[in-house]
Amino acid sequence: MTVTASASAMRPPVQRWLAIWALALAAVLAVFLLQDSLPWAVNYPAEAVVPVADWVSALMRWIKSNLSWLTRSITAVLGVPLDFALNLLAKNFKIGHGPDAFVLPRLSWIGVCAVAFLAGRAAGGWKLGVLVGGCFAYIALFGQWTSAMLTLGLISIAVPFCIVTGLFVGIWAWRKPWAERLIVSPALDLMQTIPTFAYLIPMLLLFGNSPVSAMIATAIFATPPMVRATMLGLARVPSEIDDFSEMAGCTARQKLWRVLLPSARPTLMVGVNQVIMLALNMVIIASMIGAGGLGYDVLLALRALKVGEAMEAGLAIVALAIALDRLSQAIAHNHAQGQIYQAASPIFWRRYPNLTLAVAILAATTLLSLFVPAFAAVPKAITFTTAPLWKAAVSWVTINFFDTIEAFRVALILNVLNPVRAFCEGFPWLGAVFLLGLAGYQLSGLRLAFLVAALTAFCAITGLWEKTMATVYLCGISAFISCLIGVPIGLMASRSDRFEKIVTPIIDTLQVLPSFCFIIPVVMLFRVGDVTAMIATVAFAVVPAIRYTNHGIRQVQPALIEAAKVSGCTPRQTFFRVQLPLALPEIMLGVNQTILMALAMIIICAMVGTRDLGQEVFIALSKADSGRGIVAGLAIAFIGIVADRLFSAWTAKARARLG
Amino acid sequence: MSLRSMISTASMGVLALAAASALTSTAQAAAPESNDPIKIALFDWTSVNLNAKILGGILEKLGYTVEYPTADYLSSLTTGLTNGDLDVGLEFWDTTAGEAMKASDATGQTERLGALGPKAKEEWWFPEYMKEKCPGLPNWEALKDAKCAEAFSTAETTPKGRYLGGPVTWEGFDDERVEALKLPFTVIHAGTDAAMFAELDSAYQRKAPIMLWIYSPHWAPAKYKGEWVEFPEYTPECYTDPKWGSNPDAKYDCGKPHGEIWKYSWAGMKDKWPVAYKVAKAYTIDTDELNKMSGDIDLNGKTPEEVAAAWIAAHEADWKAWAQ
Repeated sequence: MTVTASASAMRPPVQRWLAIWALALAAVLAVFLLQDSLPWAVNYPAEAVVPVADWVSALMRWIKSNLSWLTRSITAVLGVPLDFALNLLAKNFKIGHGPDAFVLPRLSWIGVCAVAFLAGRAAGGWKLGVLVGGCFAYIALFGQWTSAMLTLGLISIAVPFCIVTGLFVGIWAWRKPWAERLIVSPALDLMQTIPTFAYLIPMLLLFGNSPVSAMIATAIFATPPMVRATMLGLARVPSEIDDFSEMAGCTARQKLWRVLLPSARPTLMVGVNQVIMLALNMVIIASMIGAGGLGYDVLLALRALKVGEAMEAGLAIVALAIALDRLSQAIAHNHAQGQIYQAASPIFWRRYPNLTLAVAILAATTLLSLFVPAFAAVPKAITFTTAPLWKAAVSWVTINFFDTIEAFRVALILNVLNPVRAFCEGFPWLGAVFLLGLAGYQLSGLRLAFLVAALTAFCAITGLWEKTMATVYLCGISAFISCLIGVPIGLMASRSDRFEKIVTPIIDTLQVLPSFCFIIPVVMLFRVGDVTAMIATVAFAVVPAIRYTNHGIRQVQPALIEAAKVSGCTPRQTFFRVQLPLALPEIMLGVNQTILMALAMIIICAMVGTRDLGQEVFIALSKADSGRGIVAGLAIAFIGIVADRLFSAWTAKARARLG
Repeated sequence: MSLRSMISTASMGVLALAAASALTSTAQAAAPESNDPIKIALFDWTSVNLNAKILGGILEKLGYTVEYPTADYLSSLTTGLTNGDLDVGLEFWDTTAGEAMKASDATGQTERLGALGPKAKEEWWFPEYMKEKCPGLPNWEALKDAKCAEAFSTAETTPKGRYLGGPVTWEGFDDERVEALKLPFTVIHAGTDAAMFAELDSAYQRKAPIMLWIYSPHWAPAKYKGEWVEFPEYTPECYTDPKWGSNPDAKYDCGKPHGEIWKYSWAGMKDKWPVAYKVAKAYTIDTDELNKMSGDIDLNGKTPEEVAAAWIAAHEADWKAWAQ
């Protein structure tokens, strides 16, 4: 009796929501049909556009004329270690000027490869040593050494900078919840969702056309995971440890630095790893404002349609990423296992045998490079290239399969893409603000409803509505297809260890290989336009869908599966009734990440002729219009934040229901 | 001397005091008036980087220190070049950077150093094999023929032809041109010229129809056989006065402007490095020579440094005269 009563008490809200949604959709449809009499509700009136872009430009001008002494001093200070790292790894030190300058050589490539091997061996045994050393040797043998070292130099300064900044901001946010809520959290969201191209112009004006600007741009993009990892790590330290440190009489400072942070180390190391990966993601964009390196090689090769060369430079970035990723993961793992305290030997080389050996090797090989040219630069005779192979492969596919591909492309455009695009671009802005606000209210309450509605309205009142909806169309459809492909692959990977072993390296590569490398071959097959953009986006955005699905299913507790088996479920039932529902929140998180990744690709898609916010950012870039770029960047960020908030609210609800 | 170079000089000085004292003595010599590096911008296409390496090579021979920062083409005119982050930029094309150059001139912080020499040309372009399908080409009136337009069409543009235009940021006015000349064509914008040439390469391999925007000096007209469409000759009135040309109600009823390629410098260069400034101002290069050298790099696999060194060696008398 009570059961039915509570069930029927649950029912009315659901029915009421259904009725509300039906009404709301009818209202929006009515606005759409009546657009002749209510044009302002469909297309935002041009005369009412708020000139936010002009305000931002004015602010930038003021900052430039009043604060450039400050920003330029920052450039000067950061430039010292950066120049040192770049000279040490790639450029040589020049003392004096002109042709008779004295040149101190950079570190020898042989030495750097050997040290990479040593570092790998020290952190994770012979196997890792061979992998890391091999990655560096690969870069050298493919003739990418100097560019790769420019990139590595930038990263070796940017990453510690990001880690230290992230750590301090994270600690501050953890200590002061108001700061986290009001300042840090929104700032992190914006830093991760505003495309870097949007703030390139202010960067150039304030910090100059130099590697330092590139480093700061990299830091803006790559620091957020460190902040998040710090906050999460500190919050997760068990309260017993916290209490114990109090009892032992630690001061607040001692407690933080000696107890809490070391306990949070595993989570912090995950943050460090993410910082490295994101920094490598930035290399192409950084190359456009003075960083040079591998990213610039990719750009230059593609401008000359050297598909193979671009691919090789791209794969060198992947090799660098793999080396740094595995190395940092191994170090994190070692620390996580804890260390046994050893009595420190008073003799330096005994205490740090690997470090001593590394320094000795570097010194010896670099000294030798003064006399033996083969030590200074990779000799051309031993480098080789696979570029003609890549080119031939692309040509072969172009000649033999173009007609089939073309038929597929046309069908996709005419039957799927164009109708969806027309639907999105004709969607009334007022209707979108209203419906998204309503969704926010249902999922979480008034606050979310207000936030979502305000962010959506921003896109309209800055006069970017049509471009915003074009962005939503391309992102939405790409994210949808990514999930359609990614979730089943993730499910398969979760059920077969062998399949997972095949999939993992592929998705790792997709994530770090700059999308520029494969976007040009895709153009050769699919022409300029939305299909190419969609394929490039899917290739990048499918990664989190696969990863989170796999992870979600695998983390379902074995006890629950056991229980399902005991109660007589078939494997099929176990999967669909137990594993899948329990993994759903995690899978939804993957979908959420997929949307954000698709959004991150919008800018790159503008390079193959899409006409949305990405193009707006590019136009602003070419006109050096800081306001216009930032406003378009904000609109992109707001799409991401709206999607993220609604999805998180939904996932939270689903979690609560599962208990 | 900027703060940054002061700091770096200071750190160098710690490394090698002896060399640093040699530095001050050469600083008083005539040719390098300042030992601060002269920054010549690299952009993302071949010929400009080659020109940068040639000019840089000459300046180094004269005793200057030269750096080559990578920069963004259009925005550098109103960012880096206005405040001395970049000192010289060598190729700003009338055809693509007209507005950006006007904006740069308006700041008064940059200086136009005169023309580089080669003439910029850009226009609609088609591969030679398309003449069979549309025999009236290269005369633009042939494109008005519905059959001819259809020969250039793809499934989603039929019966109209498909024209692949340059990036929207590069001032093409192709949508307006198609309308003014009543051409049965749809304009598709490639986001970057890399994407555009990727399509050309693919179509050319398959002998497939394509009509697109191409510019010169560039390696593409050297690599692919084809011709430019001959539109009514451009005049400034055509872009400003609707009455001009075949369509009395519309502007842009003509071809695209040809123009110069300009060199720009930061305005402070003149006082800081007078000799280098003179060389940069006098620097010119021959069109055919530039095309050949760009081809050597893009198609024959030489490095820009090799090609630049060869040019500098061959033209020693020329650049020595520029420095006088």
